[in-house]
Amino acid sequence: MSQADVRRRVSSRFLTSELRLIAVRRRNQVGLAALAAVPVVLAVAMKVASPEGPPDRGDGPNFFSQILGNGFFVALAALGVELTLFLPIAVSMLAGDAVAGEANQGTLRYLLTVPVGRTRLLAVKYAGIVMGAFVAPLTVAVSGLVVGLLLFGGGDVTTLSGTQIGFGTAVLRLLLICLYLGVCLSALGAIGLFLSTLTEQPMGATIALAMLTVTSWILGQIPQLDWLHPYLLTRHWTDFGELLRDPVSPGGLTPGLLSAGAYIVVFLSAAWARFAGRDVTS
Amino acid sequence: MTDLAVASQGLTKRFGSQVAVDAVDLAVPRGAVYGFLGPNGSGKTTTIRMLLGLISPTAGGHDLLGAAMPDHAADVLPHVGALVEGPGFHPYLSGRDNLRRLDAADRTAEARTSGARIDAALDRVGLSAAAGKRYRLYSLGMKQRLAIAAALLQPRQLLVLDEPTNGLDPQGTREVRTLVGQLAAEGATVLLSTHLLAEVEQVCTHVGVMHRGRLVAQEPLAQLRSDAAPRARVLTDQPAEAARVLRTLGLTEIAESASEASGQLGAVAPEKVVASLVHDGVAVRGFAVEAPSLEDVFVRLTGRGFDVSG
Ligand SMILES: Nc1ncnc2c1ncn2[C@@H]1O[C@H](COP(=O)(O)OP(=O)(O)OP(=O)(O)O)[C@@H](O)[C@H]1O
Ligand SMILES: [Mg+2]
Repeated sequence: MSQADVRRRVSSRFLTSELRLIAVRRRNQVGLAALAAVPVVLAVAMKVASPEGPPDRGDGPNFFSQILGNGFFVALAALGVELTLFLPIAVSMLAGDAVAGEANQGTLRYLLTVPVGRTRLLAVKYAGIVMGAFVAPLTVAVSGLVVGLLLFGGGDVTTLSGTQIGFGTAVLRLLLICLYLGVCLSALGAIGLFLSTLTEQPMGATIALAMLTVTSWILGQIPQLDWLHPYLLTRHWTDFGELLRDPVSPGGLTPGLLSAGAYIVVFLSAAWARFAGRDVTS
Repeated sequence: MTDLAVASQGLTKRFGSQVAVDAVDLAVPRGAVYGFLGPNGSGKTTTIRMLLGLISPTAGGHDLLGAAMPDHAADVLPHVGALVEGPGFHPYLSGRDNLRRLDAADRTAEARTSGARIDAALDRVGLSAAAGKRYRLYSLGMKQRLAIAAALLQPRQLLVLDEPTNGLDPQGTREVRTLVGQLAAEGATVLLSTHLLAEVEQVCTHVGVMHRGRLVAQEPLAQLRSDAAPRARVLTDQPAEAARVLRTLGLTEIAESASEASGQLGAVAPEKVVASLVHDGVAVRGFAVEAPSLEDVFVRLTGRGFDVSG
């Protein structure tokens, strides 16, 4: 038998191809541009209007009031605003498309006959989602930082504890915030990957995931459901403000990271259980 | 049994209450060009999906290239090129980029030779000129050609082609026929599902016929045709008269058209038919005993009805 001579290489070619596929897709490029546009709109609006008081927007850290004094806060305010819907929608688009999109286009059956093992396919698909989950908040932050510096200038940043930190340190904190949000959004992406294995309609999975995020936010606002709050997906997303305390309390982000980790483990397992033996009839 | 490229035992697939594939025992010898025939909905694509491990059988199992599936899928499938139920590619990537993606996904493919292999595959299906075009702009036949190219990215021992000529122009159809011939000459086994019986007569060495989920015939092509009962064909301007004579003689499956009558000979000697026709004063313009065409055999095996089996 000549099958024995098949050599399977460990290679990043498929992963690279997946990342490229995501990157060259016009829809994703437009989505990323939209994410980057929000801080610009926000900063320009603040510059033009100079409102008397900060707009009221829920329970997250509120950075609006400080924008006029330091452009750094444009990035933070934009992250806070986009975290409620825009960032989750961006990740939902990627995640919903992951398996369902390939099924919908008929490319799934050809990948599987290459063959790409089903576990490997899920791993690569999830890697693509995770990349998106980190790139999305970073894009918002970079765009916000640039436009903020241009319109309002930089300088030392006042932390939530009232102390001052240098601008360089603050940017480092901003990077950590993006990484934290990347982990949170990766948890969302894991749910999306699972939903994406359930259907051949990528839009269906995307909408379901976006609605799930919104529902989670809403449930988090209802005091009567406080027993449920610790388990909500979005519960700890706004904890990112912890990174703007001085000194940073290391335990502040632990619940959020644990919660995200649990979601990732549970839903990746569910995706695998669902997909590994599923009939691919698309 | 390593002399069979595809061997299935009792392969069965049920969708709800419907049995789409019913205890199919495929036996495709190595080196064969196996025509996999059957009316719409008879279970060909479902069988092919099971062979490739895309869906799991309700019962039964199969070997590909001598190794049990799906356990050895990772070892076997790199040697198998497949086209299943039409092309499937990313619309916003070019044809070449689509092939790049499939090649990148293949852990047995060498990155170094990727470009050359992709170009060769594109060239083989006559798509080189359109390789840089986005897939969504491809015509039906170009899409189909790209799918064939994808099956040819690597040297294959087995090609499973589900209706490869669907949507191709006459030149394309002919090229696919030539291609299948070349692949077979290079030693590959080809499992070819198609509705074009003329194709099958020209390229296939073996034939399997599906009907309502069952494999109702599986034989070398020559044998299938010689097994089939020969028919007597009478060319005449009195077809009704001729048909009556044939019927009295005991021929079966009598058919009439404007200028001929024909029937299955059975045990009746051809010379007796001619004598009777002349004796009854039927003006005979021509007489022939013919092995039935593949189409006749196919219709006999799968019935005349036009309705698909649900
Ligand atoms: N995923 C599915 N769910 C339910 N029924 C299915 C599914 N896939 C196929 N079938 C049914 O199984 C039967 C066989 O379908 P299949 O696609 O195998 O036919 P086919 O021989 O390839 O037909 P064609 O010549 O039209 O391509 C059909 O009745 C079809 O409706
Ligand atoms: Mg079919």
